[in-house]
Amino acid sequence: MSRDRQARSSRMRRVFRLANMRLLSQIFFFALFLLACWASWTTRLGGYPVSRFLELDPLVLLATALSTGYVYRALGWGLLVFAVTLIFGRVFCNWICPYGSLHHFVGWLFSILPRKERWEANRYRKLFTLKYGLLAALLLMACFGVLQIGLLDPICLMYRSVILAVAPSSDRLFASMGIDGAALDFLRFAPGSASRVFIASFGVGAILLGFLALNLYIPRFFCRVLCPLGALLGTSSRFALFRIHRNLQRCTDCNLCLSHCEGAADPQGVLRLSECFACMNCLDDCPEDALSFRILGQDYEEVRAGTDVGRRRLVFSGILGAVAVPLLRTQGVNTDENYSPLLIRPPGSVEESDFLGKCIKCDQCVGVCPTNVLQGATFAEGGLEALWTPVMNFHLGHCQLKCTLCSEVCPTGAIRRITVEEKLGVGAFEEQGPVRLGTAFYDLGRCLPHAMEIPCVVCEEVCPTSPKAIQTHDEEIMDAFGQIVVLRKPFIVPDLCIGCGLCEKECPVTDRRAVYVTPVGESRSTGRRLLLSNRVTSE
Amino acid sequence: MTDPVRPAGDQAPGRTREAITRRAFAKRVAGLAGLGAAASYLAFAPEDWPLSMADATGLRSQPSVELKRLGDYRVPKPDGAFDLGVGRDVDTALRLRKALDAIGGLAHYVQPGEIVLVKPNVAFDRSPILGATSNPEIVEALVRALLVDARAAEVRVADNPIESPADCFAKSGIAAAVERAGGRVYLPDSNAFHELYTPGAVLIEQWSCFYRPLRSVDKVIGVAPVKDHNLCGASMGLKNWYGLLGGRRNQFHQDIHEIVSDLSLMMRPTLSIVDGGHILTRNGPTGGDPSDVREGQAVAVGVDPVAVDAWCYENLLERGRDYPRYLFMAEDKGSGRVDPAGRVKEIA
Repeated sequence: MSRDRQARSSRMRRVFRLANMRLLSQIFFFALFLLACWASWTTRLGGYPVSRFLELDPLVLLATALSTGYVYRALGWGLLVFAVTLIFGRVFCNWICPYGSLHHFVGWLFSILPRKERWEANRYRKLFTLKYGLLAALLLMACFGVLQIGLLDPICLMYRSVILAVAPSSDRLFASMGIDGAALDFLRFAPGSASRVFIASFGVGAILLGFLALNLYIPRFFCRVLCPLGALLGTSSRFALFRIHRNLQRCTDCNLCLSHCEGAADPQGVLRLSECFACMNCLDDCPEDALSFRILGQDYEEVRAGTDVGRRRLVFSGILGAVAVPLLRTQGVNTDENYSPLLIRPPGSVEESDFLGKCIKCDQCVGVCPTNVLQGATFAEGGLEALWTPVMNFHLGHCQLKCTLCSEVCPTGAIRRITVEEKLGVGAFEEQGPVRLGTAFYDLGRCLPHAMEIPCVVCEEVCPTSPKAIQTHDEEIMDAFGQIVVLRKPFIVPDLCIGCGLCEKECPVTDRRAVYVTPVGESRSTGRRLLLSNRVTSE
Repeated sequence: MTDPVRPAGDQAPGRTREAITRRAFAKRVAGLAGLGAAASYLAFAPEDWPLSMADATGLRSQPSVELKRLGDYRVPKPDGAFDLGVGRDVDTALRLRKALDAIGGLAHYVQPGEIVLVKPNVAFDRSPILGATSNPEIVEALVRALLVDARAAEVRVADNPIESPADCFAKSGIAAAVERAGGRVYLPDSNAFHELYTPGAVLIEQWSCFYRPLRSVDKVIGVAPVKDHNLCGASMGLKNWYGLLGGRRNQFHQDIHEIVSDLSLMMRPTLSIVDGGHILTRNGPTGGDPSDVREGQAVAVGVDPVAVDAWCYENLLERGRDYPRYLFMAEDKGSGRVDPAGRVKEIA
């Protein structure tokens, strides 16, 4: 009887052990993340907090607070993760972070090392201090208004990878399967639209695959070596109430706890509090039951609380970051003197240097854009500093008048939240006029009616402003074949043009468009003004 | 299969050499010969032999496109009925019913159990009152009439808009209207298009078409608004079929009258409905200002799409009898007769 109960309770303990809880939590949060990406399509958006993972990210909170001096909208949620870390240690890394779970999964799936080699792979290495240096450099840059955490922040990386590489690839796969009807629509990230194209897809996808492949060399390579968010949490997890406790009387120094240690935190020796992901695998691997996860386990003397970086290295990293700031800025993409004609920002974007201090390159805005006009930038549009930030590509889409989705999902306010009224400059915003993204221009040598005596004016037809910003001079001519042709030669009324790019998108001269938009005249910057006074809004 | 033997007198006693048995050798040779023979057959056998992959002339591997053809969805009007019915009423559903009654009633044109495609104009992401898209009220009334009065098995509603399809259908109010009435919206994804063959057409004899919603339909009904159009004068029922085209269709503006008359060949609809609820009188076809729009409170339905357009141009857009050139070109192509005189029955 009592043996029966004992057996049952030990079975219960095995089922409800912490490592299983951790696995459940990972599956839950990973599914939640995919759901957020799935729900980010225009037909599925219903006011859900699809950017919540980014708003929970304490590195986004800290870095944007440093670069802007403010905590935008829901970014304060990041404190929650700090609080959890102060209680339980770096549980975020192995219980919540979808990017960490992905690496964990890939490492588990392909872990073909024999046990002894796995022990070696899971030993702490000096290399793991690199992430603290990166964190120091990135935060110092943020202090000077250059926000580059998005390059390596795991949540930004995860969003960006799914939006720019995974989602369009899987949609394309389903499209190529040739199944008719809406049968597979719920599996698509962007149902009811043509296959989306992203100019940065290949680079982002290759980086994702590269980081995943590195798990075969060092398990959790990204998390242990590079992750700046992990480094940030590592600096606070040393104060955590709960930690892994090793009973020295029971421990036989067998090293089995190293077999599946995710964080490489030396559970077999002096535990490194800053490295431990609290994955709980060591508890299961210990044959002597010497390890436990408990409140204030070992004394501080028996664990290694701090990080291994050393003050000199930290200062060195900080200096590198500080030097990087002027180096990046000398490129001149964010100055009004030499800005790129390709750098057209989405509506609601703040002024460019402010924008670069706020954008975390998560590309949420790119994912929700219903017309595919928004793109994660490559090096071509704005150099390294603007890499993967949102830019508009009017060959692929245009900015729809009554759409403000990008401004609604932006977690950091790089794209300020605007209403349709503000975007169109109606109602209370009449005085201020519409949000202008740039101005359209004609390449007269390529325009069919201007250069080739062929009627066209698709641009005028589609121009969505009222009255139209593209108008025509009608001209009757005798063409090269002696036919009388009425040519409607289009021209731009810059006072009316809002730079939506529909003319460029629909221009039939498809390789290099005869009408194209450049950012001059965009309303977010006074330094890029085109017209001295607007003949329409200022009577 | 093979076993290592140490040959006598080898200089290095540690080395072994693979030796092969006679049986293993024979098997290997036979296997290779079989593979070689199979590969040679595939590559060199005459083209009409089974499984042959040979293409000695290069003709076999030339790309071929399977072309679809649209059916003729027209239904002869009942004896004594007019070609054109016009309904006038403040209520959208009522004026549609009046117009349909004038040409013999919807039940004459659509039989129970049929699949019907309704093609509204949802080209732009605009509110219904701006007149740039079909009136959602009339789409709802039509879908409901098809399902309830004519007992159609399925009503599909499809268009290939210029802006984001999902947004255009949502913000024009068409998606909600169709859902309320019990129809189904087909959005154009990249898999929904097919090459179409239209004999007699000048510009689109072979062109990509939004084909998925047309698969196995029995009847097709167009529901278009009346709009000013900067290039061809007016966009009504014929121009509405432009929304079924895929590919780089904006080239066609170089010869707009030819393409619109070609469209009348491509699609032979059961009925052409042109609604004058919100008439876009200028700044078309996009509009954007409510002051460009006039309430017409009339709808025209007809079996002759050319005459429907002509009547609407004259009476709804109020531009006289100087009809757009594409109507006469459509008449020349045999799609109908322009002059509506004496063929219209109005019910107010």
